[in-house]
Parts: sequence; structure tokens; C-alpha cells
Amino acid sequence: MAGNTPRRVRESHRKSQRGAEETPLVKWLLVGTAGLFLLVFLLLPLVNVFAQALGKGLGAYFKALEHPDTLSSIRLTLLTAAICVPLNVVFGVCAAWAVAKFEFRGKALLITLIDLPFSVSPVVAGLVYVVVFGLQGYLGPWLADRDLQVIFAVPGIVLATLFVTFPFVARELIPVMQATGTDQEQAAMTLGASGWQTFWRVTLPSVKWGLLYGVILCNARAMGEFGAVSVVSGHITGLTDTMPLRVEKLYISYDSTGAFAVASLLALLALVTLVAKTWLEWRQERQFEAAQHVETSTSRDEGTGPT
Amino acid sequence: MWRIHSALWCWALVWMWTAASVEGKEIQLLNVSYDATRELYNEVNVAFAKHWNERTGDTVLIRQSHGGSAKQARSVMEGLPADVVTLALAYDIDAVSKNSKLLPADWQQRLPENASPYTSVIVFLVRRGNPKAIHDWSDLVRPGVAVITPNPKTSGGARWNYLAAWAYALETLGGDETKAKEFVARLYRNVPVLDTGARGAATTFVQRGIGDVLIAWENEARLALREFGADRFELVMPPLTILAEPPVAWVDRVVKRRGTEEVAKAYLEFLYTPEGQEIAGRNFFRPRRPEVAARFADQFPVVRWVTIDGVFGGWAKAQPTHFGEGGVFDQIQAVGR
Repeated sequence: MAGNTPRRVRESHRKSQRGAEETPLVKWLLVGTAGLFLLVFLLLPLVNVFAQALGKGLGAYFKALEHPDTLSSIRLTLLTAAICVPLNVVFGVCAAWAVAKFEFRGKALLITLIDLPFSVSPVVAGLVYVVVFGLQGYLGPWLADRDLQVIFAVPGIVLATLFVTFPFVARELIPVMQATGTDQEQAAMTLGASGWQTFWRVTLPSVKWGLLYGVILCNARAMGEFGAVSVVSGHITGLTDTMPLRVEKLYISYDSTGAFAVASLLALLALVTLVAKTWLEWRQERQFEAAQHVETSTSRDEGTGPT
Repeated sequence: MWRIHSALWCWALVWMWTAASVEGKEIQLLNVSYDATRELYNEVNVAFAKHWNERTGDTVLIRQSHGGSAKQARSVMEGLPADVVTLALAYDIDAVSKNSKLLPADWQQRLPENASPYTSVIVFLVRRGNPKAIHDWSDLVRPGVAVITPNPKTSGGARWNYLAAWAYALETLGGDETKAKEFVARLYRNVPVLDTGARGAATTFVQRGIGDVLIAWENEARLALREFGADRFELVMPPLTILAEPPVAWVDRVVKRRGTEEVAKAYLEFLYTPEGQEIAGRNFFRPRRPEVAARFADQFPVVRWVTIDGVFGGWAKAQPTHFGEGGVFDQIQAVGR
């Protein structure tokens, strides 16, 4: 019996390899199709953005970026992200904690609500705020009497961005928190840690990579959002244009170098996001593997014992 | 821990940089305009700021917002704080006045020439050599001719385009409304993309290379010629067109609240001065002042045109009939689908 096992393993291994060798054509066809698709629909456009931006030389590129209205759009985009990301971190952590660690009525409803921005078109998200804060809307006249501008100003842009970036952090954290369970927290509690200590020393470290992942995605979306922001921005040049809106405006003003220069910044952001995301995934995987390794080595010890 | 701290510091720095530079100190005006006036007001704003500074010593910064005319009017109604509106047609400013009471109903009588300091006509832009031999409106309904024009529901220029086609059909088909409707319906069946604004349509035609002919503002067509060269496009002046009068107005409630009434009025009056008219002419808008118009005579050929008041009984009548909910354009679109 003991001598049989390795041979059988080897045979099945060989068989599975032969299975893969039998259809190299199909394999290459699939890989080729996927590769071609990525090349044509993702890589070429991305390269084209940089080619167009740098088409008239580095000087023209930086000159386009130094335009005061472009700088103001970059500033507004950063400001929006600087407001939205922390707020979403706070909300995301609270929501994920509530969903993962506690049982309460309306939990399913809360999860559905968190997902709502994913399923609603961004344009609708923008229009919702126009209906609420517009002069023809519910709160508009009251705000106008007090000289408060919400839509067609920075607060409206922040609100619309908050709406569309709402789910990112919570969605990343919920599965991670559910997976870690409540054992560690309970242990900490029984050892006399306060609620805050437990959260800060036990819960947060266990989900930090997931949190960072959510923050990166949230940030990318906050900076890149077009539809919702377009509806509430009012398109005042140099005041309420974010980077994506600025790209459109420059393109439509027959300034393609400028448009693609700003677009290249957004593309760079996407690349940085991608690299950070890959790094985080690799990091998480390594941690996971390390944990697995400890487990399997202990289980192997147990397994070899009887033989 | 240091990593969290440094992240927080970075965040705080971004905050300080961005928050510190949002506010300015000089007088600010917001000019909410339509699509085709970007370049015009870029130039007007610089000239007026200089003029105002010489007159009063104050610095004035004029901010611009552009888009389809109806869309822009809608934004002003919803609270976009426009000190002045400079839209594509009177009806859009009427709508602002009627729905939101931001300015009085007689706004068009407050400035000379129907409150339109410059005019334009509707022309065709075709590709070099005019490969589809497009010379008149009747050529646009031929099968196989792709026509680019924006959506009349959102764009002011598009409504002028539509009405010009209608006026032509009415004249050539013996004043028969049913035949005119059929003609315009055939024209819109030849339209592959309806952009939301005139500039979007121009971009579609010029930069994305879609379509055989662009129906456009004269100024928009000439601008495209200047930006992209006469070696790629040609302007075709149809034998009959419509006179478009893009009006301007200050928005009373906004300027009173912001204390910018005087400068807003001066800004609009500046458009009627020889200097303002000169800038309009340079940006391919037809100046109202005869002596300025004379200097641009070779740029603006004499054409035969109809007016909105003459053929359609004014915007108050044309708008609901043609572009209102369930109006002629909606009927045409419904049949087209």
C-alpha cells in the first residue's frame, strides 16, 4: 500500500500534464485572444494617451499642465479626494465592523444600501443632489436665502463624489472582518482590554491590508469620477472643474495636447493604483501563505506520526 | 505607527495647499454661456477686465461656464450663481425668467438690438473638396449623407439648425407644414449622433471624423476652419438660412445678492462698444455696428435669411410647438425609431 501511493500520484500527475499538452492549440488560442483583447482595448489606448500628451514635446506637455485652470482642477480633485477618502474610511470601518461583528435587525438592508451606489448610474447620483439642493428643489430656496451654495460649488462636488465612493472601503473590509471572526476580540476583552484598545490593537491591525486596498480604490474613484460630478459642477472654469471635467473641456476646446496631458495624469494615477493593488495582493497572499505554511507543517507532523 | 502618522501628515499637507488657494479677493463675475462662445468670451474677458480697471481701478475676474444652451439655462434655474447669462437663444433666458423669477420678463428690452450684441447664421461645414456635393438643404436628406447636428432638446444651436431646415422646407414645398415635417424627419434620419451641444457636435465631425456635413453656427464652422485648416474642411453657405440672435442679460437676483449689478451691466454694455464688436467680429460673430461689420465684410457674405419672428412667430410659439414635450421633434424621433 505504502509503495503504491507515490506511483499513483506520479501517474495522475503525468496524466494531468498530458491533458494540458493535448490541446496546445486551444490553449494558445485562448491566451492569444485574451492578450489581443487587452492589447487593443487597454494597452494601446493607454499608450496613445501618453503619445498624444507628449506628441508636441515635453515643453508643451508641462506648459499645458501649468495652465492656471488646469492647476486649479488638479487642486480641486486633490481636495475632493482629501475630504472623501477619510470620511469613507470612517464610515467604511464603522459599517464593516457593525456588519461583520454584530447581529442586528436591518443588517441586510444596511448591506443593500452600502451597495446602492454601485448599482445606481452616477448621473442619477448627481441629479439626486440637484433635486435636493437645487433652487427648484427642496432645500435650495432655504440655502439661497442664507447665501449657501451647495451644488455648482465644492460642497456639491464632494457630496456627489462621496456618494459614488461610498461602498469601496466598506465592501473591502466586510469579508476580511467576517473571515477573522470575533475570537481575537473576545480574547482581548477577557484579558481586560477596553473597547477602544481592542479596536485599535486587535481589529484594525488584522484588517489593515484590506483597509489600505479599499482606500486606494476609493481614492482612484474619487479622483476619476466624471458623471455624478459633471451634473453638479456647473462647469465654472478654474473653480468647479475637476480633472476629468477639465479633460473634457480641453478636448472640446480643440486643445488635445492639454486634454491628453491631464488625461495622462489620470492614467498615471490608474497605473499607480494598479501597482499598489498588485503589491497589496501579493503582500496579503504572502501573509496568508505564511499562515498556511505553519498550519500545514503542523498537520504534516501529525500525519507522519502513525506511519 | 509612524506609517499612519506620515500618511496623516501627507493628507494634512494636501489639505492646506488646496484649501488655502480656493478663495480669491478681487470682484468675480460668472458668465454662464453656451457652447460656441468659449473663444469669444476668453478674449472679451481680458479686454473688459482692462477696461474696467482703467475706469474704476478695481480688478475683475470673469469666470466662464459653457455647455448646451438649454442645459446651462437649467443650471441657472437650479442655482448656478450666474451674474450674466449669454445664451444661444432668447427662449432659454425666458425660461429662466419664467420658472425661477431670477430676472424680469422684459429682460430683452433692457439692452439694444433685442439684447443681442452679435448675430450669426447657420451654415454647413463639409470635408475638403465637398465629396458629397452638398450645396443646399435638399442635399442633406439624400440617402447616404451622414449629417451631424446636436440635440435640439439640449442645444440652442441645434434648434436654430432645425428651424433653418424647416424654413427651407416650408419655402420650397409651398408652405405645407406636413411636407415640411416629412422633410425634417428625413433629415434627422440621416443623423448618426445627436450630441448635447454645438461644440460636442463639432468635435464629433472635426476630430472624430464622423459624418459628411456638420450643420453649425457660422462662427463655429469658421473657428473649426481656423483651428484645423482650410485644407481639411470647406464652408458651404446655403442659399437660405436663419438669422440667429444670441441674447445676453444680467441676472437681477444674483447681481443684487452679490453686489455686482454695476459691473455686470457694464460687462454686457461693453459688448456693444466698438472694441467689443471688433472682438466679436474677430471671433466670427457678425457685429451689429455697421461700421465694424463693414470691416469684416469679406468674412461675412451677404445671404438671404429668415428670422424666428418672421416665419415661426417668435420663440414663445416655436419652442412648445417644435421642441416641447410631445412636440414635432419628439414625433419625428418616435417615428425614426
